[in-house]
Amino acid sequence: MTSAAGVNAQPMGAWRRLMQRKLAVFGLALIALVVAGAAFAPWLAPFAPDMQHFDGLTIEGAPLPPGGAYPMGTDLLGRDLFSRILYGARTSLIIGVVANGLALLIGTAVGLTAGYFRGWIGAALMRFTDLMMAFPALLLAICLAAIFSPSLWIVALVNWVQTARVIYTETTSLATRDFIAAERTLGASTGRILFRHILPHLMPTLIVWGTLGISTTVLLEATLSFLGVGVQPPTPSWGNIIFENQTYFQSAPWLVFIPGAAIILLALAFNLVGDALRDVLDPTQRGRE
Amino acid sequence: MMAGYVLRRLIQSALILFGVALITFFLLFVLPADPVRQIAGRSATPETVQNIREQLGLDQPFAVQFGRYLGGLVQGDLGRSYLQKSQVSDLIAARLPATLLLMAAAIFCELVIGLAMGITAALRRDSATDQALMMTSFVTVSAPQFVVSLLMLYVFAVKLGWFPIGGYGTFRHLVLPAITLGILGSGWYSRMMRSSMIDVMRTDYIRTARAKGLTRARVVLGHALPNAILPIIAMIGIDIGVFMGGIVVVESVFGWPGIGQLAWQAIQRIDIPIIMGVTLVSAVAIVLGNLAADLIAPFIDPRIKLK
Repeated sequence: MTSAAGVNAQPMGAWRRLMQRKLAVFGLALIALVVAGAAFAPWLAPFAPDMQHFDGLTIEGAPLPPGGAYPMGTDLLGRDLFSRILYGARTSLIIGVVANGLALLIGTAVGLTAGYFRGWIGAALMRFTDLMMAFPALLLAICLAAIFSPSLWIVALVNWVQTARVIYTETTSLATRDFIAAERTLGASTGRILFRHILPHLMPTLIVWGTLGISTTVLLEATLSFLGVGVQPPTPSWGNIIFENQTYFQSAPWLVFIPGAAIILLALAFNLVGDALRDVLDPTQRGRE
Repeated sequence: MMAGYVLRRLIQSALILFGVALITFFLLFVLPADPVRQIAGRSATPETVQNIREQLGLDQPFAVQFGRYLGGLVQGDLGRSYLQKSQVSDLIAARLPATLLLMAAAIFCELVIGLAMGITAALRRDSATDQALMMTSFVTVSAPQFVVSLLMLYVFAVKLGWFPIGGYGTFRHLVLPAITLGILGSGWYSRMMRSSMIDVMRTDYIRTARAKGLTRARVVLGHALPNAILPIIAMIGIDIGVFMGGIVVVESVFGWPGIGQLAWQAIQRIDIPIIMGVTLVSAVAIVLGNLAADLIAPFIDPRIKLK
């Protein structure tokens, strides 16, 4: 929020208005809970996430239901599900934040360059963006993961397109405004105009899209992991816990629905906060007379 | 003017499709795995490898190879599967009818669920019902497709036994995957329908209709709905991209033998030509969907000006 504070006329006003929204507070609380779980996983987890327990399976070799020594039950290899969920939160959060950050960076660079310089560079960049929009994100990500190897970059490479379009539209309208023309007349360098004058005005948009984008990224990572082309076992991620255990889902549904609920809550939290930020910061209205 | 607009949109779409082919070819070109080695086997002599390379034209420069690839695509040649010894286009063609059937049923469910939620929320704006419905739409856009699919399968097939646990053939097989895709897609439609309906209810002609003393039902169904629904129709064409991703997940969970399941099976065996083929077909569907949305929009809503 500190970065938003730099540009908003009443920085505390935006924060206070955010805190007045029950759904936003609920979302922030959920995010705080997941961050705490991920950060303190080594202390909160009753067991090591990849430890296979001798008493972790029934005599027939089936996973144990929640209760007793294993609060969320055990998985198909007799590992404690609760510990795996806690460590899985680290994977999901890190990928959500880092991959989305990369996507935001690519999208901003493309949108800003195309919107400010226009000309053939701008046209070429935006036609390429249109082209990327013709691919279904999930299938393109699967293609890239199959051809190269699964990585953070794949998620970033399919998710930057929306940001690029929004930043492009805002930059083109900003670039024609009087104060930018005045700066240029005063001899400000292109770098100075872009980073000191245009970028700060894009901050509210970036904050809103960055928050909503984490939700999209978390869902994409989970889906790729569920399909087996995301985070590779034994590293736990909420998606690959479901991937590993889905054959047991009729007899041991908790192995699918506990991590499933975790993914929904995390994605929902970022969506709620992002949506509230959109109303509070109102990026589309900013800069209009 | 209309003919010029249509022509311009057609040329634009053709250029995008050309770009799509360029990107998929580029991905195949940089492919780390050498297809010649896979065909020739480990024990092949260097001469055999060289022969196959020349036969496949893989010794030619990028532009020549791309020309051949493009020529093939225009004739419907999507290449050969690595593991199943058949043409990718044949595999896709065989499974396309199942996917199209599921898509039609799912779009129907999506519209019914989304529009009903949106209209109800708009008419009871700011009530508890409105808030509950909008929260529901938030949850549906935050839920991964595979979790919702598994949940529907668990509750309605495993526990209640109302529907078969996956498969294909009868109407009962179609219901669960179609409703699942419908729920997943309804989130955006319900939000858009809500705001569109709220905008329309504020207009002068609705106030006039009310002032005439028409019943609320006639105002809503006869006057507001036909106008509020217009922006939604264009969404269907644009929505196909998200839909194709959902198809892969839902078909693989429900064992529905369409191109989504084909792609999923190909992922497990890293059969890249099949994955590429399905991606390419989806991209074509998206471009055509967008084109259709743009071309149809002015006819259903005369207020939309052609650009």
